[in-house]
Amino acid sequence: MLEIKNLHVEVEGQKILKGIDLQVPKGEVHAIMGPNGSGKSTLSYVVAGKDDYEITEGDILWNGESILEMDPDERVASGVFLAFQYPIEIPGVATMTFMRTAINAVRKARGQDELAIPDMMKLIQGKAKDLAVKPDMLKRGLNVGFSGGEKKRMEILQMALLEPGLCILDETDSGLDIDALRVVSEGVNALRGAERSMLVITHYQRLLDYIVPDKVHVMSDGRIVKTGDKELALELEASGYAEYGEDAA
Amino acid sequence: MAAVKETIEHVKEIDVDKYKYGFSTDIEMVKAPKGLNEDIVRFISEKKGEPEWMLEWRLDAFERWKTMSEPDWAKVSYKKPDFQDLYYYAAPKSTEGPKSLDEVDPELLETYAKLGIPLKEQEVLAGVEGARVAVDAVFDSVSVVTTFKKELAEAGVIFCSISEALKEHPELVKKYLGTVVPKSDNFYATLNSAVFSDGSFVYIPPGVRCPMELSTYFRINEMNTGQFERTLVIADKGSYVSYLEGCTAPMRDENQLHAAVVELVALEDAEIKYSTVQNWYPGNKEGKGGVYNFVTKRGDCRGDNSKISWTQVETGSAVTWKYPSCILRGDNSQGEFYSIAISNGMQQVDSGTKMVHLGKNTSSRIISKGISAGKSSNTYRGLVSAHKKASNARNFTQCDSLLIGDQCSAHTVPYIEAKNSSATFEHEATTSKISDDQMFYAQARGLNEEEAVALIVNGFAREVIQKLPMEFMAETQKLIGISLEGSVG
Repeated sequence: MLEIKNLHVEVEGQKILKGIDLQVPKGEVHAIMGPNGSGKSTLSYVVAGKDDYEITEGDILWNGESILEMDPDERVASGVFLAFQYPIEIPGVATMTFMRTAINAVRKARGQDELAIPDMMKLIQGKAKDLAVKPDMLKRGLNVGFSGGEKKRMEILQMALLEPGLCILDETDSGLDIDALRVVSEGVNALRGAERSMLVITHYQRLLDYIVPDKVHVMSDGRIVKTGDKELALELEASGYAEYGEDAA
Repeated sequence: MAAVKETIEHVKEIDVDKYKYGFSTDIEMVKAPKGLNEDIVRFISEKKGEPEWMLEWRLDAFERWKTMSEPDWAKVSYKKPDFQDLYYYAAPKSTEGPKSLDEVDPELLETYAKLGIPLKEQEVLAGVEGARVAVDAVFDSVSVVTTFKKELAEAGVIFCSISEALKEHPELVKKYLGTVVPKSDNFYATLNSAVFSDGSFVYIPPGVRCPMELSTYFRINEMNTGQFERTLVIADKGSYVSYLEGCTAPMRDENQLHAAVVELVALEDAEIKYSTVQNWYPGNKEGKGGVYNFVTKRGDCRGDNSKISWTQVETGSAVTWKYPSCILRGDNSQGEFYSIAISNGMQQVDSGTKMVHLGKNTSSRIISKGISAGKSSNTYRGLVSAHKKASNARNFTQCDSLLIGDQCSAHTVPYIEAKNSSATFEHEATTSKISDDQMFYAQARGLNEEEAVALIVNGFAREVIQKLPMEFMAETQKLIGISLEGSVG
């Protein structure tokens, strides 16, 4: 279970998160919606352990233990996974090589045996097929020259391969056409399970037609201002974020 | 990726002041007295039982050297060596070469093990049948083990030490020695010509494809012993050879001078591929100690349709001054230079290549990847020139620099001279940094900082790594991680 307690975060002296309280129990999918600049992406980065954020108050617990002192890679080993809104390009590093390195790093940190190359290839190629990732893509430099849809599918592929207990999806729907959205959502839904918590961050209700959440939280100006069930997302779709501080532009 | 894993383990084993190869072996050495004069030159020549013409050649070089001064145009600064305070000759005490591996000092074999010489080569040294890489192991100036001679001899290939070649094949040595790097070429090459201790000699007869990759390990072991290797590789008409050179050195307080000369000659339709992994002691984090590597490497594409390809991975040495070059004399000849130069700590690298187009329709390709970290300085210096008769000369140069941290520097100094209007020279250069976003992304997939840097840098240098022979590929990926240890955080 993910528990965020009274989390206050600053960037260069500017307050971004102003007391977030949130619990995502095992087996549940929670959505966080909110206008641009409300702090949604900051929240995802802070949970994943990015530098540049100063936590002035509060705590983040994962399975009952604080993760604030852990490096990003240690958090991954403990089961935290962030699917990026804008996946980063690493030229010259073949996607397959990157995934192999990541899987074995995580396996080692979890006290599991490293996978030999043939088993590894079988594992990666099998999951890649489920996400309609062509073998050719795995040979290319990581995220280099990938379309928006390809990048997002690659994120979900890595998520599936690293077997996290907590999946955070940061605006996974941005830049996807309807077909790509369906493929990605199916990939995410396949990972739903009784042992897994998911936090789905999105600006638009559209994604939640495919990934149906157990709860929806509305974030505004660094705080969670409203919590409801999936119907809340539909209400937001109809009324917009005007009442939460965003112009109805 | 196993290589990255291993890197991490290696990195954990060492800290900056505890260089992995910082040990020395207690094998009694026979030394010439300190200092350099005509008598020392005669001493070296006599010790090696050289013919009279070789002695004359050395003495002539020595005379010329006395009139020369050290070059200072490279972007490096260091305390100039006191040439009278160095030893110019050291050899393991047994002057007779061992007849079989059983006679090899076990401590020597242990040294190879510590050096991390790939298992394959260790097997060769241990006499295991079926291993396929011939190693002419140079241990402090004198070759003590030469293996696979028989198989090579059947193919007509000569692979031995220069000393041996002077005894067995003096006509070949006399014909080619100093024809690519003249004995008065430059300060350090001239010094080498006067006092070279030993090195490798390779001759591939016409039409022969060398049946294995040739590999030599160099090691500087005796305190204050300048190492002056001399390598001569000749590929006769229509032949092919791939030569691997790799080196490490034990830890020393004082700077060690290494001034090697490598000459390659490719005759008509011949091809030479020369690969180097250089990992000499770079000095400690204050920049104390470390090897001075002032090397002259040059290949002559003497025949039409010949090809010479240099691939180098430079991670060691305190100061590096090295420009493996190609003289494209034959028509349609090709030169290549693929380089990875990594500098960390206080290391200074000034390296690059020269592609001198003399023949018609000659082409050359330069791919240089410089990686600087710590407080190091990394300069690419390259010359591409086309002479009047070099019609249709073509060159493509790509120089990429990667910076890690904000206290290092990278410089690119290309010289381009085209005296023939039909020449086509292209030059591309980029400078980039490992971004925080790339680091965070890799870490958010479970890689720690060291693993992330090693992976990103391996990606940056991939184009060159792929040019390395298989034996060196995994070793290189490991070495990149080790070399950049402590460069982040």
